[in-house]
Amino acid sequence: MTDRTAIFDTVAAQIEPFNKKGVAVTDATTFQGNLEWDSLTVMDFVAAIEDEFDIIITMNMQAEIETVGQLVDAVAKLKG
Amino acid sequence: MTDAGLATEKLPADPAEIAPERDLMSKFDALIAERQALIDTGVTDPFAIVMEQVKSPTEAVIAGKDTILLGTYNYMGMTFDPDVIQAGKDALDQFGSGTNGSRMLNGTFRDHMEVEQALRDFYGVSGAIVFSTGYMANLGMISTLAGKGEYVILDADSHASIYDGCKQGNAEIVRFRHNDVTDLDKRLGRLPKDAGKLVILEGVYSMLGDIAPLKEMVAVAKKHGAMVLSDEAHSMGFYGPNGRGVYEDQGCEADVDFVVGTFSKSVGTVGGFCVSNHPKFEAIRLACRPYIFTASLPPSVVATAATSIRKLMTATKKRAQLWDNARKLHGGLKALGFKLGTENPDSAIIAIILEDQEQAVTMWQALLDGGLYVNMARPPATPAGTYLLRCSLCAEHTPAQIDTVLGMFAAAGKAVGVIG
Repeated sequence: MTDRTAIFDTVAAQIEPFNKKGVAVTDATTFQGNLEWDSLTVMDFVAAIEDEFDIIITMNMQAEIETVGQLVDAVAKLKG
Repeated sequence: MTDAGLATEKLPADPAEIAPERDLMSKFDALIAERQALIDTGVTDPFAIVMEQVKSPTEAVIAGKDTILLGTYNYMGMTFDPDVIQAGKDALDQFGSGTNGSRMLNGTFRDHMEVEQALRDFYGVSGAIVFSTGYMANLGMISTLAGKGEYVILDADSHASIYDGCKQGNAEIVRFRHNDVTDLDKRLGRLPKDAGKLVILEGVYSMLGDIAPLKEMVAVAKKHGAMVLSDEAHSMGFYGPNGRGVYEDQGCEADVDFVVGTFSKSVGTVGGFCVSNHPKFEAIRLACRPYIFTASLPPSVVATAATSIRKLMTATKKRAQLWDNARKLHGGLKALGFKLGTENPDSAIIAIILEDQEQAVTMWQALLDGGLYVNMARPPATPAGTYLLRCSLCAEHTPAQIDTVLGMFAAAGKAVGVIG
């Protein structure tokens, strides 16, 4: 299993508690459009991801992240 | 003649309407519809209240009806203080109605200097800078202090002016869970050790009226080598031995680098400020765009503020009355069975938590019809998507008024079914 796959699986697992609509999660899944998360849910989720990987995803970076794939790439980079 | 000039002449005399997808105002359609739906239910628009007369810090006439004000930030009741009003009148007579310019150019008059001296005396600091509003004080201080490659670390429930100050600047923005000391510690620990950091806290969070554990949070910030800015907008005049705010009350004066405040609450006029003991603090005036590129406050405003601030230094009786009022209202509402934002009367704001917009609006309307004005607050201004009726107390509220208010809450709460 590659690092990216492992990160994707961990991110997908973290999405589940917030995945009220039961959306199938892929790289292309968008947080706002597909998962329909509001800003409060995004905040809780980002905090969970940060704690899981022991990283900081600044609000500046969050503004650029729209899809699960982009988040996985960002986490991979931050874990560097 | 240029091409652009020719193109202009060729435009039809009666241009077609802008297509909806190109109408910049189309993005507000959902907002317009939501507001219309609320008004269609027959309620008074909670965001379009007009005070036809203001009789005192605690009484106004709204829609022809005498109304008790329990939703202003006039904590210390200074707006009708005779000395404050006289200072404003004198300044109008002597200096005119406005300054017509920036503080940096022609907009600094005698009383701008005097109000900054009053702030230095009130806070016991070496530096004070006055801005045109409290919003601009946060906007200016945050965007100017933290630059590219540096970090601003803010509480998730921070006021809009703090968030906007972050957006205005070039720093990296990191958020921590509301009032969570461990979460702040954890996040600071993950940031680059050598980067400049500004931790932003608020003494009182205005939506629920809860206070910050500043002592613990400031200690954590210092442990990580961060500077600290505390917004004390909702605490000035009635926390700590000198009324400086929650940071004074919790004994963190030596470790809070910057304190931001406002004239629009306890001081009773309009304006914002930052005070600090930093030896280079004056440099902010040379670099801060929201300070430079706007007109300074009118002379009457800074004159009233200076007089009010000096009176607040010794307003011990008002301070005691305000806390009595907060305790009486908090205890009374709790006894009636309302769900409140704080377990104890921690501040001069008491928030009643309601289930949804309909309940909040109905209750708010019932109170207004009975002659009581409180604030209605809704997401996104509120934390965790809550609907609130927010009461803020004034030192000038009498015990009899608080009794009347509690009677109104009992009646409205029962009528709407919020309490049994």
